[in-house]
Amino acid sequence: MSLSASQNRAGLALIAPASILAIIFLIAPLSSILVLAFTDYQLGDRSLRFIGFENFQALIDDPVFWKSLSNTLIYSAVVVPGSMLLGLVSALLIDAGTSLRSFYRTAFFMPVMASLLAMAIVWEFMLHPSFGIVNTTAKALGFASHNWLKDGDIALYVLAVIGIWQSFGFNMVLFMAGLSAIPRDLYDAAELDGTPHAWERFRLITWPLLAPVAVFVAITSAIRSFQVFDTVHALTQGGPNKATEVLLYTIYAEGFEFFRSSHAAAITIVFILLVVSVSLLRFVSLKKNGEGA
Amino acid sequence: MTARSFVSSALRHTALLLIAAFALLPFAVMVSTSIKPADEIFSETLRWWPQKLAVIENYTEAFSAAPLMLYLMNGVVVTAAIFFLQVLVTLPAAYALAKLHFFGRRLAFGFVLFCLLIPYQAIAVPLFILLYYVGLLDSYSALVLPFTISVFGIFLMRQFFMGVPDDLVDAARMDGMSELSIVWRVMLPAAIPALTAFGVFSIVTHWNDYFWPLVAVSSDKYFTPPLGVMAFRNAEAGNDFGPLMAAATIIVAPLLCLFLLAQRRFIEGIAFTGIK
Repeated sequence: MSLSASQNRAGLALIAPASILAIIFLIAPLSSILVLAFTDYQLGDRSLRFIGFENFQALIDDPVFWKSLSNTLIYSAVVVPGSMLLGLVSALLIDAGTSLRSFYRTAFFMPVMASLLAMAIVWEFMLHPSFGIVNTTAKALGFASHNWLKDGDIALYVLAVIGIWQSFGFNMVLFMAGLSAIPRDLYDAAELDGTPHAWERFRLITWPLLAPVAVFVAITSAIRSFQVFDTVHALTQGGPNKATEVLLYTIYAEGFEFFRSSHAAAITIVFILLVVSVSLLRFVSLKKNGEGA
Repeated sequence: MTARSFVSSALRHTALLLIAAFALLPFAVMVSTSIKPADEIFSETLRWWPQKLAVIENYTEAFSAAPLMLYLMNGVVVTAAIFFLQVLVTLPAAYALAKLHFFGRRLAFGFVLFCLLIPYQAIAVPLFILLYYVGLLDSYSALVLPFTISVFGIFLMRQFFMGVPDDLVDAARMDGMSELSIVWRVMLPAAIPALTAFGVFSIVTHWNDYFWPLVAVSSDKYFTPPLGVMAFRNAEAGNDFGPLMAAATIIVAPLLCLFLLAQRRFIEGIAFTGIK
């Protein structure tokens, strides 16, 4: 009895620092986002007024918000399958042989490690319209050159390619972990059964056993791609003409450039709903598969 | 059979080398440009190794045009402070959640799971307002304090502690150890692999983070490495691609070198924290 009382006291004491910090830096900010979104507060105001759903009404009427939301979804719709496919192909190819494994793994993982902001500036240089390596190579091969980041029709997709470049190595590592969990003797058995083709082995054994990992990778990639910001801020500032405006960039501009805090809070709520709904898919998929990916 | 396996091995390497070229191209361009003189950068012919080396010029220019050393030091101080404080706060909480029965434990753990879903950018606006009112914007505190609480760290360490045998804890109690000293003298040594993984995750995240430093500080004496490169690009030096790429190389190098030295640990750490 006294043991459990002392455990109770010890437990509460040990989580106290974390709890206090969580209240200040997580609970309070999270609840104030919910409150702010329904007020007319701007940074520096001495008072605020509740205005109901006006901020949300303003969002619905704001074409920039819709552009920002749809750009975020388009960006994700390119980056998620792109970085998953490249990550999966890399993992399978590395796993298919024994030579140079760690060289490839290291090379593919380097973009994950490097500061995306610094590398975005390198990409900007590579995409330079007149002497960037992309255009000079294109010209040498007889292709048309483009002003990649200033052309509203392609800028978002260019950023998506940078997004794929940055994240496929991360997905590769997750897929490799999944592959190493598949028992080798399954492949031996398939060989004995007369399934010699690599594609058949992949279709019958690898893919079904890798599916839970793939679901996990898809959800993680989606959440990360919703957070695209560094490349947009460094390379396009949402332009040209809002062609690369994405949610986090809009929140940044509203909240920290124009200081329209309540506006930014309303967009933030949309952003949170998007992220949380995709995250919840993960719990659904975990339950269905009965085991963690 | 050997011919076939030779062909398939050749195909494997061809495909992998193509992907490697895609992954490494920006690094090659960055380093190659950082050692070229301006006239070779602006030339249309592609040359990886310059005819006339400009290593000294570009790198001296990079260091003199912006206080890069200061930015690197800021990066080290901020990431180290964040990780140190995270460990200090996280381990006791994770231990309590894994091994102690106390009032509100389920609620606390549910809260941890809930917060795991929310990216920090979502609370940046109120955090900024909070720091504005307490006058802490534009300081080291602004860069560090919001990250002292890591629900991800608590979750990760709690999962790891669940697997530590109760006997170990009971034996320590028999020896008369307090719960707090069990955390530091029994659990911490047992948790080194998980703690390393968390450390890799935390350091990589905060060294490379751009959003929060951009919001939280404005004086360049507090700039972290990514803010430093950005400031360099936006300054007049921004069209001097040689020094700019030298600056980018300098900013990217420390973490990449660390990664190349301990790549196994890094990749496993990230995979471990990624899979949870």
